[in-house]
Amino acid sequence: MEIRPILATLRKHRIPALLIVLEIALACAVLCNAVFMISRRVSNIHLFNGIDERGLVVVNLNGTDPKRASSEIPRNLAALRGIAGVQAAAITSSVPLSTNNWGWSFGLTPEANVSSHNTTNVSLYMLGEGGDRALGLQLREGRLFGPGEYAAGALGDAALPQGHVTVLTESLARRLWPGQSALGKTLYSRPYYYTVVGVAADVLRPYFGTWNPKMYDVAYFPVNYDAPLGTYVLRSAPQERDRVLREAVDKLQALNPAAVAKGSTYADVRAKYFADTSSMAWMLVLVCVVMLAVTALGIVGLSSFWVAQRRRTIGIRRAMGATRGAILRYFQTENFLLATLGIVLGMVLAYGINLFLMKHYELPRMPAAYFPVGAVTLWLIGQLAVLGPALRAAAVPPVVATRAA
Amino acid sequence: MFGYYLDLALRSLKRNRALTALMVLAIAVGIGASMTTLTVMHLLSGDPLPGRSQRLFYPLVDPDPTRKDDREPYDVMDYRSAVDLWSAHRADRQALIVQSDLKSSAPSSGLPAVKLTMLSTTADFFPMFGVPFQYGGPWRAKDDAARARVAVISSDLNDKLFGGADSVGRVLRLRDSDVRIVGVLKPWRPSPLFYDVAGGRFSNGQTADFYGKPEDVITPFFTGLDINDGHFQQFTCWHIPDTPGHLQNAPCVWVRLWVELDGAGKVAAYRRFVADYAAQQMALGRFSHAGNARLRSLMEWLDYNGVVPSDVRLQTWLAFAFLIICLFNTVGLLLAKFMRRSGEIGVRRALGATRGAVFAQCLVEAGLIGLLGGIGGWLLTLAGLWLVRRQPAAYADMMHLDLPMFLLTFVAAVATSVLAGLLPAARASRLAPALQLKTL
Repeated sequence: MEIRPILATLRKHRIPALLIVLEIALACAVLCNAVFMISRRVSNIHLFNGIDERGLVVVNLNGTDPKRASSEIPRNLAALRGIAGVQAAAITSSVPLSTNNWGWSFGLTPEANVSSHNTTNVSLYMLGEGGDRALGLQLREGRLFGPGEYAAGALGDAALPQGHVTVLTESLARRLWPGQSALGKTLYSRPYYYTVVGVAADVLRPYFGTWNPKMYDVAYFPVNYDAPLGTYVLRSAPQERDRVLREAVDKLQALNPAAVAKGSTYADVRAKYFADTSSMAWMLVLVCVVMLAVTALGIVGLSSFWVAQRRRTIGIRRAMGATRGAILRYFQTENFLLATLGIVLGMVLAYGINLFLMKHYELPRMPAAYFPVGAVTLWLIGQLAVLGPALRAAAVPPVVATRAA
Repeated sequence: MFGYYLDLALRSLKRNRALTALMVLAIAVGIGASMTTLTVMHLLSGDPLPGRSQRLFYPLVDPDPTRKDDREPYDVMDYRSAVDLWSAHRADRQALIVQSDLKSSAPSSGLPAVKLTMLSTTADFFPMFGVPFQYGGPWRAKDDAARARVAVISSDLNDKLFGGADSVGRVLRLRDSDVRIVGVLKPWRPSPLFYDVAGGRFSNGQTADFYGKPEDVITPFFTGLDINDGHFQQFTCWHIPDTPGHLQNAPCVWVRLWVELDGAGKVAAYRRFVADYAAQQMALGRFSHAGNARLRSLMEWLDYNGVVPSDVRLQTWLAFAFLIICLFNTVGLLLAKFMRRSGEIGVRRALGATRGAVFAQCLVEAGLIGLLGGIGGWLLTLAGLWLVRRQPAAYADMMHLDLPMFLLTFVAAVATSVLAGLLPAARASRLAPALQLKTL
């Protein structure tokens, strides 16, 4: 394919050519950044969470009398375990992604207290007996809590329980003691101290904003039923969870008429936490699709005009022996050249936009892999958009050349 | 002449319907997307209390002995500082504010107990923020001092508990205490809920929750502290409180103070008063430093907290990039349209039309396309806002197209298309008449 005649024609139609190039450049730049933002949000929504999410149901009981916790909680749990299909039920202080965060800072030396420097902030999950089974924690190393440890975990009004054992997530264990086993090590926050007896799979904090390296900093503590906790977790087969949820809420409300029982499946807890993120992701997808459609329509419009303007020239070329294929390829090559120019410009612009977003929106640098995404998409869109007008050009009969200008 | 141009433009638009539709669509989509995000931005970044906000101020002192003057104070105050500043009554009006969760039931409504949010404040809150009442009215200043068991409830709660009837005089059970309802608010929705805004600096732009609804129950400040004792949440503490939830003497910040100051002189005087208070507390040994006391106006405070969610700002940028793409598109299509009519333009020029006349004619045509695009853009904006209302964000229910934004939709559409028409119109008006006549 001879490129020189194409360039010569483009030089004569600078403004329409420039418009196509600019449009493609801008679309390419926005597309790269939007796809990058979408993929960050999607990976946020699918963050790993090492509990049995599918079978879990969470019911919050609010407004009970803390003084009667030790008699009411076992009674409530017995009733919940009586529901058909419930495999495990327990009480906890909170669940991942519930936004109800209970945080504390621990140090690694005996003199550390909550306000010392060099402490690590972690989210605490206080588990009543059976909480590990109800949540479906996956043990990686060591052991989970024994019945004696649950019984010793008095909490009362205090911020931390009385026991001296804890289980950490893998990520937290690895960061606190890099390259060593966390088992047998101790966390301190005067006057409390806890020995690590087990390491479990990563579980998300109740609240961590968006992706960040500390989102898995979680520690579990065993507590007894004196602790006035109000989050009941129940595990059942996934297909039974909706019925279990209804029955559990009714049962807890009936047993505790003065309190407020509210529940949801864990799937809903997760969906609610990421609702903003996913709606923004859909918004971005919508904008990208409409933007590409508008760009394509613009190319169709300009190319059609172009073809109409050059009908006679095309006729002459056909009369002089150019095949339909040659005419078709001419317009395709022309579009490819313009798209390439636009894409090159678009890459520079995409990089600039990314720098701007990094500065103002705490976005990280866009990986280079996202640049080709924009390039390939716009090449394809350009070729698709030009196909119709180019086919029409190829259909111009040679006889047009003989008609008066 | 304008009427004639309009007639010509209409004929020309009818001649090539596909191209016209394409241009109208491009403008409509671009305007629809930008006006949707701009409306969201406009509603979220606006003044929550127009006409009052410039008189409202938010003082802060820093009671944390572990910090120094080079840091900003915490976003709220400790109990003692806030109550000291409040009881000095140096401002025209002043309101202490603290928010908490509680359980409530209305003994007479027969509904099960519900979980509510409670705002505890002082009597000036209502006149200071211009809070509208449906039934009854606010309590009086002496009720604050007397720890009167009274409450004002939101219209939402009144609908829920009393079916919207006048519930003044009815009794509400808040945790273990009975309070008498003295007032019911009209629907009231400041955007953002400015008096609760704090901690925006640490939220990474996830500030949608600043646009939530006002609290369900409003009680006098000290009454609230009694009723819900043990259930107050700290903003932060620099030591472990002895009794969680009871923070009056705890090393924690958790109380807000808003003041109304009319005039620059009073603002300066109050600024001095807050600084002097901090210095005095330092002299007494309660503060370790006094140089970072602050007094911000309402809008400054919102700005400091970056209340507009970063997702919303991002969407606005995106929409404008989108509008520019649509603009390029329209330029290209108009160019195609005008060039295709070179013959007609040549005839007009040969018959004596000036370049200016051709230029004007082309711009009228572009403007007409803009107007049509504006109608499409308006419909798309309505559709876009409908989509936004279905989002889970706290501000979703407030989104609507107000009159200024409605007008702006059309102004923007026409302006965009005329702007897009400038270059094609200039090219069309510079055509040499003879050359075009020859090709006819």
